[in-house]
Amino acid sequence: MSEIKQELKYSKEHEWVEVIGDNKVRVGITDYAQNALGDIVFVELPEVDDEVTINDTFGSVESVKAVSDIYSPVSGTVVEVNTSLEDSPELINEDPYGNGWIVVIELNDSSELDELLSSEEYETFIKEEE
Amino acid sequence: MVEGLKRTPLYPLYEKYGAKVIDFGGWELPVQFTSILEEHQAVRERAGLFDVSHMGEVEVKGTDALKYIQKLITNDASKLVDGKALYSPMCYPDGGTVDDLLVYRYSENHYLLVINASNIDKDYNWFEENLEGDVTIKNISDQVAQLALQGPLAEKVLQKLTDLDLSTIKFFHFNSDVKLDGIKALVSRTGYTGEDGFEIYLSNEDAPKLWEKILEAGKEENILPCGLGARDTLRFEAKLPLYGQELSENITPIEAGLGFFVKLDKGEFIGRGVLADQKENGAPRKLVGIEMIERGIPRSHYPVYVGEEVIGEVTTGTQSPTLKKNVGLALIKSEYADIGNELFIGIRNKKVKAKVVNTPFYKRGK
Repeated sequence: MSEIKQELKYSKEHEWVEVIGDNKVRVGITDYAQNALGDIVFVELPEVDDEVTINDTFGSVESVKAVSDIYSPVSGTVVEVNTSLEDSPELINEDPYGNGWIVVIELNDSSELDELLSSEEYETFIKEEE
Repeated sequence: MVEGLKRTPLYPLYEKYGAKVIDFGGWELPVQFTSILEEHQAVRERAGLFDVSHMGEVEVKGTDALKYIQKLITNDASKLVDGKALYSPMCYPDGGTVDDLLVYRYSENHYLLVINASNIDKDYNWFEENLEGDVTIKNISDQVAQLALQGPLAEKVLQKLTDLDLSTIKFFHFNSDVKLDGIKALVSRTGYTGEDGFEIYLSNEDAPKLWEKILEAGKEENILPCGLGARDTLRFEAKLPLYGQELSENITPIEAGLGFFVKLDKGEFIGRGVLADQKENGAPRKLVGIEMIERGIPRSHYPVYVGEEVIGEVTTGTQSPTLKKNVGLALIKSEYADIGNELFIGIRNKKVKAKVVNTPFYKRGK
């Protein structure tokens, strides 16, 4: 079973969103997503100050077999990037909700958070996908 | 799961071993059991067991069997003796590739052809169209299962199941009457990973039993069940072609770098004219190894550029699990194929710098 953290919010593109105060969120991909992708060997990350738009792609994760886009779950400005993923992309497999985080985004419109799924809703969503 | 997909006799065991199952050309097959990287490493360092029962098998019998096979394939089957196998492309008259296959010689008038799963119907039609003389062919794909045990410890593991001294089966030789813990099988020292190992053909009924027996026998050696993901990265590093990527009806074996398996001195065969010309005068395209200089992973069908011109495309690419480098194979215009040549790979909207490098990416030590 995939791990789902109750305190996080989720997108239908399998990103998790953690509200870290001051209008900022930390974003990564879920345990379900990393498990579906398999061994992640490469990431393409945005840069600090990049503008991102909800549901637009801002980077990609690549496993041995496949390329998957990362879709921004919110709109805003990238204020931090987990550059340790460039040398250690496997952190996403090992610790998707911790050291495998991808970016911190400053929100343009915090009401977008209301559109995201709760942990229960996300759990139902991935059950339907399986 | 998805309707209408074919399953091998091993299917009922996949779940027990944690397989992640995918649709592979109409077959429901495991892409991995634990992790592609772990399985890849197991085969390079120890051994891994693959279910490759989807592969096709066609029996060829008759006094004209050799003559018939010689007409179909580009390699020289007259060099075979009983108990020996060879690899060969099989071409259309224009030199494009119908398939690549293994030819096993049981006896002078009895052969087994092992073909790619996705090509079984196409190949069999081709075999029928070209029938000539005293030859009968029979598609036995649905009755034959195949396991591949690959890796430096493959012989040590398999030896535990048989009294036959497996070291007597040399590379590209086989024994069609081996008893593996009582199960009758054809054991061939061949494979698709760049490692030593065996391909084992047996009845559907016996296949699940043998799968479990081999994994049990290899516990001490820590062998792993392996999926098609690792099979692909292993064959890729060893530059073994995959039909549909490095070979196709639009790609000749000469372009794919398989000239060694095209024997012009054996007499007439289908495609000979074009292949002889390409061998003598060079082919317009060449399969090369590429290594990324800038960040990115090349993938199948990504375009290859020199300046603004598209000079070819990537056939296979990944991060090599052994080398940890982002590498690929690409079919490009021959004039750009020199080692060290810089070119650019179109990775979505960017052109990312790469260079032509030597292949294979991996070669096992003797």
